[in-house]
Amino acid sequence: MSGTTQHAELALYDYSPYERRPKIEWPNGARMAFWVAPNIEFYELDPPINPHRKPWPQPYPAVPGYSIRDYGNRVGHQRQMAVLDKYGVRGSISLSAALCEHHPEIIALCAERNWEFFSHGIYNTRYTYGLTEDQEREMIEDAMDTIERAVGQRPAGYLAPALSHSNHTIDLFAEAGGLYTCDLFHDDQPTRVKTRSGKPFISVPYSLELNDTIAYVVQKMEPRRYGEIIRRAFDQLYAEGAESGTVMCIPTHNYQVSCPHRLRAFEEALEYITGHSDVWVTTGREIAEYSLANHGDLLGGRDGASA
Amino acid sequence: MSDELIIYRQRRYGMDHDRYDWSMLQDRAPVRWPDDKPLALWINISVQHFPLSGNKPTVAPPGALTMPYPDLRHYTLRDYGNRVGIYRLLKVMEAYQASPSLAISGALAERYPLLLERLAQTPYEWLGHGWNMLSMHAGEIDLEIEAGWIAETRAALQSCSDRAVNGWFSPGRIQTCHTPELLVKSGFTYHCDWVNDELPYTFKTTEGDMSCLPSSLELDDVFVLTQNLHSEDSFVQQVTDAADLLIREGREQGGRLLSLNFHPWLMGQPHRIRAVEEILKVLLVERGDAIWHAPPTTILTAATP
Repeated sequence: MSGTTQHAELALYDYSPYERRPKIEWPNGARMAFWVAPNIEFYELDPPINPHRKPWPQPYPAVPGYSIRDYGNRVGHQRQMAVLDKYGVRGSISLSAALCEHHPEIIALCAERNWEFFSHGIYNTRYTYGLTEDQEREMIEDAMDTIERAVGQRPAGYLAPALSHSNHTIDLFAEAGGLYTCDLFHDDQPTRVKTRSGKPFISVPYSLELNDTIAYVVQKMEPRRYGEIIRRAFDQLYAEGAESGTVMCIPTHNYQVSCPHRLRAFEEALEYITGHSDVWVTTGREIAEYSLANHGDLLGGRDGASA
Repeated sequence: MSDELIIYRQRRYGMDHDRYDWSMLQDRAPVRWPDDKPLALWINISVQHFPLSGNKPTVAPPGALTMPYPDLRHYTLRDYGNRVGIYRLLKVMEAYQASPSLAISGALAERYPLLLERLAQTPYEWLGHGWNMLSMHAGEIDLEIEAGWIAETRAALQSCSDRAVNGWFSPGRIQTCHTPELLVKSGFTYHCDWVNDELPYTFKTTEGDMSCLPSSLELDDVFVLTQNLHSEDSFVQQVTDAADLLIREGREQGGRLLSLNFHPWLMGQPHRIRAVEEILKVLLVERGDAIWHAPPTTILTAATP
């Protein structure tokens, strides 16, 4: 069992070449399942120091990093929400669960739009690194319970906080009742993921390449170029989707995409994508549930434990 | 591993600190600017002194010297701003009848009296911008030292001009946990360091309330041009896009604020000054009907119900 090994090779899914796979079919003959995943995060000003990763590059109080993220909640959230409303997109929120307590007004706005809430840990300043398996289980269940209490629905998906993982992360999330992970970037179609409990579990393509924070902070793109790469990705995945259904995700952050000099590029990309007829505009949970129900045996990997 | 990593002491309604109250921009009572214009424009020019020698601070400000002593290349490039760049910027501001504020390193008062004399001849509002670009208000600074930087900066600027200096803009937009209290004690009534909003809000200190007039980091010239490495044309485009979005929101939801920050050592270069002219043309001429351009204190007064 690899779960107890500190440095095992990945055994979560079987290799499956992109060519000659069984055909994935989406509802109503759509070529592509398209979803937008706004990360709604809470970063703490003064988190405990995890020896494996520093929360902030500056000493306390790290005003620059903290305050721009706070901008996302204070200013950016409603701005992005208005654009998603305009193009008929229900967000699939990657949620720092403590935000249910800090900013319930944001949760209420999303809930009344029937958006999906999936778990992104408690805070984005709390990492999986260094936690024992019991502590990680407690953190994962705490986040799921908190979100379920706030919105009446247990989260189906998980993006580990700040993309920090252990060897147990996906097993623990599946055991806590999860259905899909956003943490794996190996494919443009859903993949069956093997967990130790053998519960049906799937990877739904999220994206780092189209993630606004990667585009703006790591790749330092001009806003209009970000809009352009989204359209290019769409054109390719839409064309390939004629042969077998693809998934496209735009992960966003309200402190990036909602800045007034950047929103237009995102809006134009959404207008372009939703202007195509064969796009299933959906949520992460719906992609996971539909895939497991209709293509469970086609998605690579097998049911059951990996051992 | 102890349970400290999964204990959450500030998990509660609102913020995880006591500096300000939580609220969303769109949920507040709408702000009305004079003449019912949808967008207020605040332009700041940061007039900075980067010393050639001195201890490196915990956090380096944007534009900090990076080479072993004597770092002539960066020192003189920054000094260019105070000899040449600022005069180019002033000329453009005057040509467009703009009302920028000037955030000034206190050390310049004794170092370059001719520059301060010229700045005192403008009608522009002044802000304290730290003693110099090594006096970073970051991390564990001795309280007395930090208090001295703040008080001396205010005194130095006020020795050059009769105008009130009530605003503060920390180098690198960073603060220690004491900065807000020290600012209030020195007589400052607002700071611009937290970039978490697009309208002014009340900032609490144990010495009494002050205002935060949020600057925009993401549209700061240094951020766009030297960190993101975007072109001058892209900078103009981004400012234009920001203004158009905020004007639209301002008409639909209530007054908005666009904050810009220019550095003489950057935008004052001959290949960049035209971008400043274009930005002023876009904002003050082409969108003059929709934009109310004013100094920070005037904006703060108008934003306060």
